[in-house]
Amino acid sequence: MTSTAGPTADPTVDPTAGRSADPTVDPDTGPTGEPTADEATRLSTAPAPRSAPRASLTAPVRQAWRQLVSMRTALLLLFLLALASVPGSFLPQRTLNPVEVSTWFADHPTLAPLLDRLSMFDVFASPWFAAIYLLLFVSLIGCLSSRLRLHARALVSAPPEVPRVLSRLPAHDRWSADVPSAQVLADARRALRRSRWRVVTAEVPGGGHALSAEKGYLRETGNLLFHVSLVVLLVGIAMGGLFGFKGTVLVKEGDGFANTVFAYDDLSPGRRFDAERLVPFSFVLDDFAATYAEDGKALTFLARLRVSDSFDEPTRPYELRVNHPLEVDGAKTYLLGHGYAPKVVVTDVEGNRLEQTVVCLPQGTTFLSTCTIKVPDAAGEQLAFEGVFTPTTVQDPETGRVTSVYPAPENPALTVLGYRGDIGLDDGRPQSVYSLDDRSRLEPISDGSSPITPVKLAEGQTWQLPGGGSLTFVETTEWATFQVTQDPGKLVALAASAGMVVGLCLSLFVRRRRLWLRAVPQVGGEAPGRTVIEAGGLARTGPEAFDAEFAALVERLRPAGPVREPARPVEENA
Amino acid sequence: MTDVALAQLSDRLFVVTVLLYALSMLAFAGEQAARRSRRVAEATAAGMSLREAAAARTRAMAGAGGPTAYARAPEPAPPAPAVRGSRAGALGLLLAVGGVVVHVGSVVTRGMAADRTPWGNMYEFSSMVALMAVTIFLALVATGRVDRALGAFVMVPAVLYLGLAGTVLYTAAGPLVPALDSYWIKIHVFAAILSSGAFLLSGVVALLYLLRVRHDDQLAAGGTPRFPVSMGAALPAAQALDRVSYAVIAFAFPVWTFAIIAGAIWAEAAWGRYWGWDPKETWSFITWVLYAGYLHARATAGWKGTKAAWIGVAAAGALVIDYYVVNIFVVGLHSYGS
Repeated sequence: MTSTAGPTADPTVDPTAGRSADPTVDPDTGPTGEPTADEATRLSTAPAPRSAPRASLTAPVRQAWRQLVSMRTALLLLFLLALASVPGSFLPQRTLNPVEVSTWFADHPTLAPLLDRLSMFDVFASPWFAAIYLLLFVSLIGCLSSRLRLHARALVSAPPEVPRVLSRLPAHDRWSADVPSAQVLADARRALRRSRWRVVTAEVPGGGHALSAEKGYLRETGNLLFHVSLVVLLVGIAMGGLFGFKGTVLVKEGDGFANTVFAYDDLSPGRRFDAERLVPFSFVLDDFAATYAEDGKALTFLARLRVSDSFDEPTRPYELRVNHPLEVDGAKTYLLGHGYAPKVVVTDVEGNRLEQTVVCLPQGTTFLSTCTIKVPDAAGEQLAFEGVFTPTTVQDPETGRVTSVYPAPENPALTVLGYRGDIGLDDGRPQSVYSLDDRSRLEPISDGSSPITPVKLAEGQTWQLPGGGSLTFVETTEWATFQVTQDPGKLVALAASAGMVVGLCLSLFVRRRRLWLRAVPQVGGEAPGRTVIEAGGLARTGPEAFDAEFAALVERLRPAGPVREPARPVEENA
Repeated sequence: MTDVALAQLSDRLFVVTVLLYALSMLAFAGEQAARRSRRVAEATAAGMSLREAAAARTRAMAGAGGPTAYARAPEPAPPAPAVRGSRAGALGLLLAVGGVVVHVGSVVTRGMAADRTPWGNMYEFSSMVALMAVTIFLALVATGRVDRALGAFVMVPAVLYLGLAGTVLYTAAGPLVPALDSYWIKIHVFAAILSSGAFLLSGVVALLYLLRVRHDDQLAAGGTPRFPVSMGAALPAAQALDRVSYAVIAFAFPVWTFAIIAGAIWAEAAWGRYWGWDPKETWSFITWVLYAGYLHARATAGWKGTKAAWIGVAAAGALVIDYYVVNIFVVGLHSYGS
């Protein structure tokens, strides 16, 4: 943003000058220290470097501030930001994949804690990452404030006066006409105004008229819009981070969900999130269905919901798909994942029927899923089962091992080992519902054969347990996980993004250019009695396009049949 | 035609495309070589060594920053037509245009075979990126902004991209995974393809610029450039290369910005957040930041010229990482169809 290369930058200190000293491509750098480099030919509103500050107590502070808002610092911070993001993409991140982080810790027991101390597993929430982007934004805002002021001033002020020597400008022409100078300039003014140039005219001391015109202010406007939008984007992101909310919940077919803090399995609220802000809505998952291609790739996911826009009885049906979230008052519900939940009936030794729908966790693309069934309420000893659910089951005839070959439930089976004893739920220690954490007081259920082999049950089959009781695999149902989010900063971020794109396009494609005309009545010389008109123009970007535009403008301004003089003295082109 | 026949046709057209591009690369290389030998001949005829001739050109160009700061450097006069060179160049152009036509045919038949937008996996994406790079290059040649003989270099990454796509990344025509089944695939992915193709092209031109600058520097220092720096002799002037590289980036950067934003909007609809530092998002961000750095560097004293060009090359490198390394080696939400 702030270019330290002001109009007085000496080309001799620029090591690359001469190689890319194409003054026409630099949007922000002024012409480099030439006799004609006056205020008029500066097309940039970048602040000019100030003169050396007087020695005072605040001098070091001001010096540091100038350093921070300088373009070199901004560039350095940009590269640091890019560099700082790299580890975040190659090391597992807690926010993205906490399981992978644990695995990484297990695999690298010495390195992981060291990296963790450097926030390498929370790169994008780390203090050093924040330091870089906050410094960058401070630098940006510092630079923006002065550029906004300068651009505002440029917008209301007149185009600069005509430079003394117009023939030094990259676009230049000269001709004479039989019209008074005032008339020439009035015509020119009208023509330029029609093409939306900003025009001012003045009288030339000693006779004649001059005109200054400028166009393409939108370039800097776009540039500023882009950078202001960046700041607004950061505000939008911060709003989401502070007041937003994200929760995930697993729902089995037939079960419901009401949007309250307690209903979630996992919750990550923003720092300033208020539970009062949770949008009251509820839904029931009637059915989940997935379809797959021949090769097992998923084709579609569909969750049929009945939704209520309050906590009342759900009424309106909704088909939730990937890419089509359910939206209720700014709270969006997404389909996140799915799996199988076999329905089983366990009877205990006294013949009590205990029905359960067991959430099994998928272990791969064919949906072989691990299941744990705990029956703490069984009469006598507690019962537990552990095994796998296989949607399309294939059993090895030799080893008896089961696998799944396809994710859809074409031939579902539940293959389990049974346990009797004390599950360990009663000692108050929390246990995962998805595994048997404490097997110390459990005895495998066995018919006496050795080794103990798991029992495979197809839908409807029952395993009569040796020693009493039974396990029946009734039918296959499914579960789905949903994510509910509320992000109040989302629209701010979207508006800022739109501003960024518009600003970028303006700042890259609009060309800022200036045009000057001087019409002086000739007293003696080559065309006595005629008016000699001299035109000069300057564009920092798109020189080819400007040359054509300049030629067309001159063509339009020049009256028919004039005496045309050489466009540029020959030595100018050397 | 059945889907299977269409898919086969698409694959065959793909092979023809690679062949045509490779042949056009050779033809352009022929033009480059002819020009170089002609310059040697001209210089000899004028009693100058090649080095002196080039140094004279360099001096003429350096004059741009000299006494008349506003006057642009005169473009070096277009080389006088040499029969052998221009024929090779015209043939190269013909082969490249033919390649683009066949390439478009391959993409269209693939879309018809799979009955969807033909950029849903890495194979198709790579193919499209190469198509964009070549198309933008030909458009620049057609509008007179780029020397067609640069095709010898531009076709190299295009052929490499296609070669990689056709072998390692090849995926049979098939339906999309559910997450990609959205109209955003047309918008987000196409913007990414278009800007990637342009960035790829700008990266090649930036490298050529650096080559040309090194060549000129060595000549100015009184040395004799050796291969590969000697290839710089047949290239357009450094400034012209720098300007082309900038123009292409200036076009691609807003498109890339839009691609990221469109991706964020899609991510919001698909995953419930518009930004989550998924590896793909992270590297898109890194690429974006580096190109932003490039644009700023070009406006900063001490950074313009070769430093800015190196940033442009690094940014193109980040883009390749964003695309290949992230998709193949890092598991993330964007790990589709590889």
